[in-house]
Amino acid sequence: MIRIALFLGLLLALSGCSGNWGWYVVDPRTTSGWNNLRFLLSGLEYTVYLSAVAITISMTVGLLVALPALSPFPWLRRASRVYVELVRSVPLLVLILWVYYGLPQLTGLTLSVFWAGVIALALSDSAFQAEIFRGGIQSIARGQYEAAYSVSLGYRDTMRYVILPQALRRILPALGNQLIYMLKMSSLVSVIGMQELTRKANELVVVEYRPLEIYTILVLEYLVLILIVSSGVRWLERRLQADES
Amino acid sequence: MSAEMPEDSAPLIEFDAVSKDFGKFRALNGIDLEVGRGERLVICGPSGSGKSTLIRCINGLEQIDSGRIVVDGVALEPGGRGARQVRGKVGMVFQQFNLFPHLTVLENLTLGPVRARGLSRADAEATARRYLARVRIPEQAEKYPRQLSGGQQQRVAIARSLCMEPGIMLFDEPTSALDPEMINEVLDVMTELAETGMTMIVVTHEMGFARRVADRVVFMDAGEIVEMAPPDRFFTAPESQRCRDFLQKLLHH
Repeated sequence: MIRIALFLGLLLALSGCSGNWGWYVVDPRTTSGWNNLRFLLSGLEYTVYLSAVAITISMTVGLLVALPALSPFPWLRRASRVYVELVRSVPLLVLILWVYYGLPQLTGLTLSVFWAGVIALALSDSAFQAEIFRGGIQSIARGQYEAAYSVSLGYRDTMRYVILPQALRRILPALGNQLIYMLKMSSLVSVIGMQELTRKANELVVVEYRPLEIYTILVLEYLVLILIVSSGVRWLERRLQADES
Repeated sequence: MSAEMPEDSAPLIEFDAVSKDFGKFRALNGIDLEVGRGERLVICGPSGSGKSTLIRCINGLEQIDSGRIVVDGVALEPGGRGARQVRGKVGMVFQQFNLFPHLTVLENLTLGPVRARGLSRADAEATARRYLARVRIPEQAEKYPRQLSGGQQQRVAIARSLCMEPGIMLFDEPTSALDPEMINEVLDVMTELAETGMTMIVVTHEMGFARRVADRVVFMDAGEIVEMAPPDRFFTAPESQRCRDFLQKLLHH
C-alpha cells in the first residue's frame, strides 16, 4: 500500500513538470490555493460522519435481518430472503433519489439531505450486512450452541456471549470491506446536495474550471481516508487474534 | 431390569417408550429405561445405534418424537418445553469438548453460573477455581482453550459442567477425540467424580472404565436397548448374540 502511495506521488511529481497541470489552484502557498484546499477538505467531516452513522445502522439492521434467516421457521426465513433480494436489486443511486424525492411524498415527512443519505446508504448496505452476518453465524459449529445450552444459557445469551463474538471475529475482514465500500458510495449522496467530499470538488470545479487537479485531489482524499481505515481494521484483526493465542 | 435398580429410591431419570426419528431413520425405538440416584450407567454399542441420541434426549438437545422422559421430576415430551428446566439439573460433556474458544478457561467456567444461575462474578470464580483444582489444572485458569492439550481441554469441559452444580452428568464419548496418552487423565477425573456419588451416564467404548465404575452396562443396537446388566455379568455372560459379537470386535480391535 505504501508502494501505491509512492507511485502516485511520483506520478504527480512528474506530471507537475509537463505543463498541462495547473497546481496553482490548490497551491497552499497562495491564499486562494490554500482556501480552495480547505474548501475541498471541509467535506471530509460529512463523508466520515455520513458513513459512520450509515454503517452503524446497516450493521444493526443486517444482524436483525440475518437472525430470522437462521430460524427454524420457514416463513421467517422467507421474509428475510425477500428483504435481502428486494433491497439488493435497487441501484444505490436510484435508492438515494427515491428516498430523497419519493419518500417525503409517500409519507409526508420531510427528510434532510443528511438523513435521506443515511437511510439510502444504510438500507442498501443492510442487505449485504445481512448476508455477511448470516454466513458468519452459520460458520460457528453446532457444538457451540449445544455447549451453551448445556450450561443453561437461553437463545439470547447464547447469541450474545458465545455465537456473535466468534462470528464477529470471523467476519471482521468483510465488515472492513463494507466500511470502505460505504465511504466510497457516500460520494453518490452528492447528487442530492450533501456537502461531502465529492460535492465540494464538483462545486470548486465549476468555479475554477480545473477538473484535472481538483479531482486528483479528490482521489487522493479518498485514497488516504481508506488507507487509514483499512489499516485500522487490520490492526483490530491482529489485536483480536493476539487475544486468543 | 428393575431388580438391578437400587432399592428404596425412585428413579432419577425415567424413559417411557421413547422414540426419536431423523427423517426416515429411527434413532431410538421405544426405549424404556430407569436410572437411579447416584447410579453410574455406561452405554456402548456400534455407531448409529442411538446411544448418543439417547443421552442427548435427556437434556433436551434432541426433541423426542413419542413417549416421555422424566428427569428429576421434570417431564420432557414431544413438542414440550421442559428442556430449559432440565438443563439446570444436567451437565454434559461432549466428544469434541466444545469449549468456547474466544473465552479464557475461567470465563468458560463462569459464563453459565453468572448468566443462568445468577451468581456474582466473585462467587462464580471461586467455584470455578475449586473445580479446576478438582480436575487438576488450577494453573490454567487464565489461558485460552487452544493453548491446552486435548486432555486438559476435556477436563476443563468437565469442570465447566460441574460449575453448574448438576445432579446428573452426561458424557458423550468423552475420550474418543483424545490421543491415547491423554485418555487416562480424563478417565481418572471421571472415576473420582463417580466416587463422589454423582449420577452419571457415560457413552464410551472404554470397557476398562465400564468394568471399574459402572453399576450397569447397556448395549444398544439399531435404536434399542439389547442388553443391560452389571459389568461382571455383562462382560462374562452376555445373553444376546449381537452383544457378544460387539464385545468380540471391541476386544480384538
